[in-house]
Amino acid sequence: MDEAWPWVLVLAAAAVTYLWRGLGIALADRIDPEGRVFQWVAAVTYALLAGLIARLIVLPVGPLEATALTDRLAAAGAALAIFLVTRRNMLLGVVTGVSVLVLLTFGRVAWP
Amino acid sequence: MSSSRGSGPSATRVAAYPSPSAAALGGARAALGLPAWVLGAGFLGFGSLCRQAGVSLWLSLASTATGWALPGQIALIELYVVGASLLAVTLAVGLTNARLLPMTVALIPELRHEGTPRWRYYLAAHFVAVTAWTIAMQRCPSLPREQRMPYFVGFGAALWLVSIAATGIGFALAGFVPNTVTLGLVFLNPIYFMLIFVADFRYRGRALALGLGAVAGPVLHLVDPDWGLLMTGLLAGSAAFAIDQALAARATARRDG
Repeated sequence: MDEAWPWVLVLAAAAVTYLWRGLGIALADRIDPEGRVFQWVAAVTYALLAGLIARLIVLPVGPLEATALTDRLAAAGAALAIFLVTRRNMLLGVVTGVSVLVLLTFGRVAWP
Repeated sequence: MSSSRGSGPSATRVAAYPSPSAAALGGARAALGLPAWVLGAGFLGFGSLCRQAGVSLWLSLASTATGWALPGQIALIELYVVGASLLAVTLAVGLTNARLLPMTVALIPELRHEGTPRWRYYLAAHFVAVTAWTIAMQRCPSLPREQRMPYFVGFGAALWLVSIAATGIGFALAGFVPNTVTLGLVFLNPIYFMLIFVADFRYRGRALALGLGAVAGPVLHLVDPDWGLLMTGLLAGSAAFAIDQALAARATARRDG
């Protein structure tokens, strides 16, 4: 029982996760890609993903909870600025964001 | 093809490949650059989280291989640690991953090609996740139809394999990585996702949905952590859709009258 229990959970999680993906295929056949329902589904999807990403930055769970909100926002702003200034250099953008957060967080520990 | 290549940022356009199999390789190659490093970092974090939670290596790998959607996997581990019931775990993971349904619906028309057997769509569905989805939505429209599914599956499968490997490496490295480095690794993912969505801001409908969603996401998460994300999609997405339709109608009215 104790051995099998986590496997039951992983399989249940996998099943419910694939259920959404498979259902998406089944539904996609019934929706006209040129129609308004489809445009609405696309808008809902982009809003959902933007909401998820904003939540991960503003209200994270896990190790990022230990960092300050202002530091995370500053890091995200710096990443965006560098990305746009360097004509959309993705590598420079993400490296900037991560470095700014690490340095600001380290700074708070070293010089409180 | 060549006439459309001059417009728009070059990052979102790909030239057509000589064949569908070349498109699959091209997708895999595109994934094995920065996307693999960023997603790999996220799954490295997941692997070490699993070990700290007392989950076995095989179970961690199985979770990545079968689930392959990081927020849902993290919810699974956190609930396992606190001894949640099967129903609670299934509900929480189901809610966290509900975004995969509209993502799949929105992606399929881009990948559709006459003569593709249905089972291939159901197989490709497993690779629907934020990175592969966003890149496919941006790049597939510039590819010939018969190359789109191979490109997406090549991209998704390569990222999927990297994620499984990274989970194992993260499991092995758990405890050895300094905290500040872990912070950086965890922060990579949202920053990367934020930046890939910048390219979508040139479409008014997508820009409205992204902007409203980014504001509503954290607010509605405070209102209800379980349902907040779905509410964000439905409310902010519907509002963006309505505004976009109204603006389009006004533009048509002005042009006609």
